[in-house]
Amino acid sequence: MAAIELAGVSKTYGTNAAVREVDLALPEGAFVVILGPSGCGKSTLLRMVAGLEAISAGELRIGGARMNEREPKDRGCAMVFQNYALYPHMSVAENIGYPLKVAGVSRTERQARVAELAAALELTPLLARRPGQLSGGQRQRVAIGRAMVRRPKVFLYDEPLSNLDAKLRVQMRLELRRLHERLGATSVLVTHDQQEAMTLADHLVVMNAGRVEQQGTPREVYARPASLFVAGFLGAPAMNLLPAEVLASGDTLRLADGTLLRLPEAVGHRGAVMLGIRPEHVEAGRLPATVEMVEDLGASVLVHARMPGGAALTLHSPADAAPARGEEIGLDLPPARLHLFDPASGVRLPLGRIPASQRAEDGLFVTSASL
Amino acid sequence: MERRATFRSPLLPWLLVLPQLLIIFVFFYWPTGEAFHWAFTLEQPWGGGRQWVGWQNFQEIFGSAAYWSSVRTSLTYAFGTSALAILIALLLALFIDREVRASRGWRVALIWPYAIAAPAIGMIFRFVFDPRAGVFSTLNALWPGAWDPALNGTHAMLMLILAGAWQLVAYNFVFFLAGLQSIPRPLIEAAAMDGAGPLRRMRDIQVPLLAPTFFFLVVINLTDSFTNSFGLVDIMTAGGPARATEIMVYKIYADGFKGLDYSGAAAQSIVLMGLVILLTVIQFRFVERKMHYR
Amino acid sequence: MVERRPWLDVFTHIVLLLSAVALLVPVWLALVAATQDVAGVNSVPIHWLPGGHLADNLAEAWRRGGFATRFTTSLIVAVGVTVGKIVLAMLAAFAIVFFSWRARVLVFWAIFITLMLPLEVRIVPTYAVAANALAPFQAILDATGLTGLIETVSGIHVALQWRLLNSYPGLILPLIATATGTFLYRQFFLTIPEELVEAAKMDGAGALRFLWDVLVPLSRTTMAALATIMFVYAWNQYLWPLLVTTEPERSTVMVELSRMVPRGDGLPEWNIVMAGALLAMLPPLAVVVLMQRWFVRGLVQTEK
Repeated sequence: MAAIELAGVSKTYGTNAAVREVDLALPEGAFVVILGPSGCGKSTLLRMVAGLEAISAGELRIGGARMNEREPKDRGCAMVFQNYALYPHMSVAENIGYPLKVAGVSRTERQARVAELAAALELTPLLARRPGQLSGGQRQRVAIGRAMVRRPKVFLYDEPLSNLDAKLRVQMRLELRRLHERLGATSVLVTHDQQEAMTLADHLVVMNAGRVEQQGTPREVYARPASLFVAGFLGAPAMNLLPAEVLASGDTLRLADGTLLRLPEAVGHRGAVMLGIRPEHVEAGRLPATVEMVEDLGASVLVHARMPGGAALTLHSPADAAPARGEEIGLDLPPARLHLFDPASGVRLPLGRIPASQRAEDGLFVTSASL
Repeated sequence: MERRATFRSPLLPWLLVLPQLLIIFVFFYWPTGEAFHWAFTLEQPWGGGRQWVGWQNFQEIFGSAAYWSSVRTSLTYAFGTSALAILIALLLALFIDREVRASRGWRVALIWPYAIAAPAIGMIFRFVFDPRAGVFSTLNALWPGAWDPALNGTHAMLMLILAGAWQLVAYNFVFFLAGLQSIPRPLIEAAAMDGAGPLRRMRDIQVPLLAPTFFFLVVINLTDSFTNSFGLVDIMTAGGPARATEIMVYKIYADGFKGLDYSGAAAQSIVLMGLVILLTVIQFRFVERKMHYR
Repeated sequence: MVERRPWLDVFTHIVLLLSAVALLVPVWLALVAATQDVAGVNSVPIHWLPGGHLADNLAEAWRRGGFATRFTTSLIVAVGVTVGKIVLAMLAAFAIVFFSWRARVLVFWAIFITLMLPLEVRIVPTYAVAANALAPFQAILDATGLTGLIETVSGIHVALQWRLLNSYPGLILPLIATATGTFLYRQFFLTIPEELVEAAKMDGAGALRFLWDVLVPLSRTTMAALATIMFVYAWNQYLWPLLVTTEPERSTVMVELSRMVPRGDGLPEWNIVMAGALLAMLPPLAVVVLMQRWFVRGLVQTEK
């Protein structure tokens, strides 16, 4: 059963739509990550779930019950904010215990629960300190403690790691995941960091311009990006995208420099396409290219090459066999690794399956394009 | 001022602002409205309420030499006090800012005059400049009547300006120092690297960057001198000698409460309000610009 | 920064020292005067060094000015203005900043405009209001015909009357009727991160709870700054107390100080008057020196 369901949820500010008709069903107990560039509406979506932002249209259900009109405190959600939003004048213990105090829990029980949480989060020696005296990672843990203390069914995280330095971020990422396993509650985390999204998520939702572009397990989304946007956004270094043309036969691609590539199967689309291939899938072969730049990543080497037609390609190469700058190399783009996208709509073009509706038009297209 | 995170309640915000609204209604808006009412009406001598007389009250004050004399007096006082207070404060702040180590102690040494009430300052300056007991008593012993603010209008005005400036210096100083300390340190250091010495840096960098503070203080000092000078005048000269120090606020008080000419006092109040509002509008436009400036 | 300008440093110190002295001279002379007897204070040339009559003069000034009661009055007024201002300002600013309601902008401007006109320029009609603080409401009732209506319905003639002359409310309330504090608080509230409000909401705290648990403790510095400014402002008031206290027993320290010099040509007993002036200026001076940090902050932030 889905823990959180959104049906046609939208948010509009005046005439601006921040979130457009989002339908989502987030599985119970899953770690859900909403990924997208800044301004894509992901934080607004999270804040609508939390009740901090009113829902303009559509319905939100948590645990099956409609939540649109409920106040934040009645939704069974807790939230960890990007800047932690700790009360600067309260001690760590008071910060963690504040939701209980508001709820009227007795002092003794409050202290017991705070102590228990503090022990779990390794905050016990810091209980008397003020947030101003803590490091970023410690503040983060206090914020999580404050979220956990009411034992919510849903945890909401708004870019919780973005204020930490790189090393701490990796460490906190593991800690978040571990915490999630232990608590078994549903977690929803919003981030713009695709690596964070890949590593944390059970269920990944990619958003762009207020819409959900794709959702699924991180592996699915990475392996079969549903659109040009997802293809370009997910993965570092980003997927290579080259303009190409599907010839009339339907199983041959022509690149900008005239190179022809055989597809494993015919596609239904004819004419201009966007060809995608991830850097790690580019292999050595017979396509000529010039090395423009070499970046040493330590474990491997990232090669920036340019093909004669002017198309740029990035590829990984083992560190001990790295080409030099200016060197001429030969590449291969294995057909099984190729992704094709419609350059106008950005939609992924399925390889080998021709939708019946497209056939009639294709006939016309072939005559004009086969010149 | 738009905030995203707000509370919603139909009644609570009204309850929260109610006390403030009630007080400003009774003691601000109502009296201000009354001032307009009185300025355009005249009380009937034998009862029967107030009668509409249009601009007559204004024509009367603008036709009166005494009124124009009070305007001139006010302007002299306001500009004299402001100029003196601003220049001295600017110099002090520039010098103190150089002396970063001790600036805290110097700040206390210079800020305290602002805490002293106008009547106390007035009393003290009146004593200091008293022709018989003050610092000029020696002068008067040699040349009788060489200094006498009780008889000589120029002397009285000078004494008033000195007392007013003495009080404002401290206030201006605080702002200049705050302004100086908000000038980014790297800017000063860059100028030092470019070879500018301390005095040159004052002239080329600190003083130009203080321009917003400077204009702000000009407006504030003028406003303050127009409205807040009653205490000094009443204690030191009571508008005398021969109305030489009867500034606008004092004349309103004298006409309204001693002469019981409410309509005349109200018309004068309206003129003064106009003047103060004009200055305030200039100030807000300027504050607006200061925001862009930063 | 390494910068060796010994002569400029010396010059700086001399300028500063001279200015500090220049600021101090009048007060020093007042202090010296307060230590003289009548002959000493009127001697030519003026004395620059203190004599031995300070205690006598202070006691005499205290007695003559009736400062025992005047100090109580002034203290009540100053504290009343300070507390009243802080409470009203905080509540109003809270409503303006943290609530979304339709009339917010209107209310904001209604309060904002009061910054423009100081009490002095509307002094005459304000005095009339002090004679009957309910006059505005009476006028509204009369104008709308409600007085007549009530009289016909119930037979009671409505005559609202609340005389504020010679009363503490009369001394205090008009001094509270400005927006300085509200704006100081508004500026402070605008610096509160939005996420803090949201965190409180997620934690289940309502508006008043948030005000009390979070904003009040966080605003302590703002409160201290405003309190210092308002105390000094209220203690030093002269014109308004002069008008509103027609009975001498009700007057404040400042008003009484002004009465220590005879009107007309009589020679004042400067030694007593100066002792009185010193006494009168002591409380705000102490507040400013002790609370110097808050005072400066308050001054700069309210920008008057």
